[in-house]
Amino acid sequence: MKHQKEYRDPELARLQLQAIRQAVAGFDRTITLMEVCGTHTMAIYQHGIRSLLPEQIRLVSGPGCPVCVTPVGYVDQAVALSRRPNTIIASFGDMVRVPGSSSNLLQEQARGATIKIVYSPLDAVNLAERTPGADVVFLGVGFETTAPTVAAAILTAAQKDLDNFYVLCSHKTMPGPMTTLAGDPEIQVDGYLCPAHVSAIIGANAYQPLVDAYQVPCVVTGFEPLDMLQGVLMLARQVVAGVARVETQYSRVVKPEGNPKARKILYQVFETCAARWRGIGDIPDSGLQLRPDYHRFDAARQLPVAIEPSIEHQGCLCGEILKGKLRPKDCPLFRTTCTPEDPVGACMVSSEGTCAAEYKYGG
Amino acid sequence: MRSDVILLGHGSGGKLSHELLDELIVPALSGLGQSDQNDAAVLAAQQGLLAFTTDSYVVDPIFFPGGNIGDLAIHGTVNDLAMVGARPIAISVGLIIEEGLAVHELRAILESMRAASRQAGVAIVTGDTKVVPRGKADKIFINTSGIGVIDHDVQISGSNARVGDKILINGTIGDHGMAVLASREGLQLESCITTDSAPLNNMVEVLVEKLGNQLHALRDPTRGGVATTLKEIAVQSRVEITLQETLLPINFAVAGACGILGLDPLFVANEGKLLAFVAPEAAEQALSIMLSHVHGKHAAIIGEVTSTAAGKVRLRTAIGGLRAIEMLAGEQLPRIC
Repeated sequence: MKHQKEYRDPELARLQLQAIRQAVAGFDRTITLMEVCGTHTMAIYQHGIRSLLPEQIRLVSGPGCPVCVTPVGYVDQAVALSRRPNTIIASFGDMVRVPGSSSNLLQEQARGATIKIVYSPLDAVNLAERTPGADVVFLGVGFETTAPTVAAAILTAAQKDLDNFYVLCSHKTMPGPMTTLAGDPEIQVDGYLCPAHVSAIIGANAYQPLVDAYQVPCVVTGFEPLDMLQGVLMLARQVVAGVARVETQYSRVVKPEGNPKARKILYQVFETCAARWRGIGDIPDSGLQLRPDYHRFDAARQLPVAIEPSIEHQGCLCGEILKGKLRPKDCPLFRTTCTPEDPVGACMVSSEGTCAAEYKYGG
Repeated sequence: MRSDVILLGHGSGGKLSHELLDELIVPALSGLGQSDQNDAAVLAAQQGLLAFTTDSYVVDPIFFPGGNIGDLAIHGTVNDLAMVGARPIAISVGLIIEEGLAVHELRAILESMRAASRQAGVAIVTGDTKVVPRGKADKIFINTSGIGVIDHDVQISGSNARVGDKILINGTIGDHGMAVLASREGLQLESCITTDSAPLNNMVEVLVEKLGNQLHALRDPTRGGVATTLKEIAVQSRVEITLQETLLPINFAVAGACGILGLDPLFVANEGKLLAFVAPEAAEQALSIMLSHVHGKHAAIIGEVTSTAAGKVRLRTAIGGLRAIEMLAGEQLPRIC
């Protein structure tokens, strides 16, 4: 926070923008850059970055919001769990409003379920310790940034020998969906603004196979306005020069090898599995499940419940928006049936969702 | 008081009720000349227009850094009256108390209500107390209603903002919402954030007196924050407002906490702030009035009314970008007032 002003310096921003315009001058087509990080999505809107870039550069938002990529079936399972007697659902705030097939957790709370908003998975462990008569189910959603803290919470629960703490796990990993989208001829991503926090864990090297396979430039980029402008500049230069490599703009935080200590805790508790991404489908090796040693904390295994058949809302284009194929305003439900008060799709629920960002900050 | 917690019997209307009233509530809240215990307060008829407002307070926790539900309930109603240019003259207090509330907590709340009403120069003239079974309320809910007198002919209204008006705020943004959130969630922050809850009627009186009809609109950016309030005025007055990000006064700790939690301070509640729309030639005078007032130390001009594009609020960002500001859909934070 202390240096925030320096990363928002208007004069430096002007110079960066000038350099971006110079870099793309004379280049004969639109350059499509995708970010895959909810915080980037928000920052682009929050700082009005689109209004500053040359028209030739098109920024699209990919599947970077963990709440948005969580499939409807997961919410249905959480709703079913919340209806169990003596069960407390502990969750980060955004998840409670995500619509399931016929209900959501806020509605269940109004009908009598106990839903607690927590700011850290460890709060959920403490809650379980304080309420021995109830089963506490933490909704484990998020990428490699969140998953190590959930792993640490599970290790704490194991250490405390708690038998009433569970995780309903839907963690996902990068860069699986980036690879899938890079191979989709309908999308044509020219370059990726790679996520900042996720990359701090997985390391910039994690994008090398993607670059090798699809010749798509990748630049690990920070969240402040000057970070983002510099990331765009680095990508634009690669695209114009016709090269593709991994570069790190956010080098003050992200190392090539990432954070091995966090990954060690993460993979001590979790193992890689296939995962279903809302709007994209099943992607191999893009999710995390609990290792057998920790199955006793797995809500899906230990607390069986009848789950209603999943129904996606007809007409919701979240899937196309998550892939960067469409912008929120292309969806007929946007601002009409689908609003933050009464969201139809997850992209409108999460504060990091593309639709919520566009609703709040305008196009 | 024989019991150290509030019992259901304290709301029964019988002996215990009288004990609560006589020993705690009446001594704390009356004493400004209205101590007759009749069924209704009797007020002198007033010249000019009357303003009348009501608000209920359900904040959790009831005590937070810099204040509690009691002074908040007085400030909120006093400020609602002040925002139409009214001088508050009388307030009613309705208490709904959950069985089991500690008597010393109730006493502390009542004492801060008295202090707040004295500071604002308004009398608490009538009230009501109910006690509900444990679990049927959360410690204490307070309703306050207020009557004020408008004894000048200055037109102050949310539909009165005009192109060219400068927009002022009397201090830092988002303090109250973050103070309550940090205290409710036990967030470990480097420095303590305290509520800005304060009565604004004195400052408004000076603004009205000195600026007269150059003061066009006033509103306190409570729930929904500065962004929502400006959007309301842009819609009501059918104008476009442009804010400058670099001019927004934001406490360092509030900015930090908002950054960590992913909140936008523009949407976080304030309880001692007002937004003033002032004719451009009077803006500097309005600013110096605020700066010289105890509740205006960090006042700033934060933007202006830029066109008649009805209902638009835009923010010029620090790096020169432009973004739209829309109204908040749901609450960013539950039960902050």
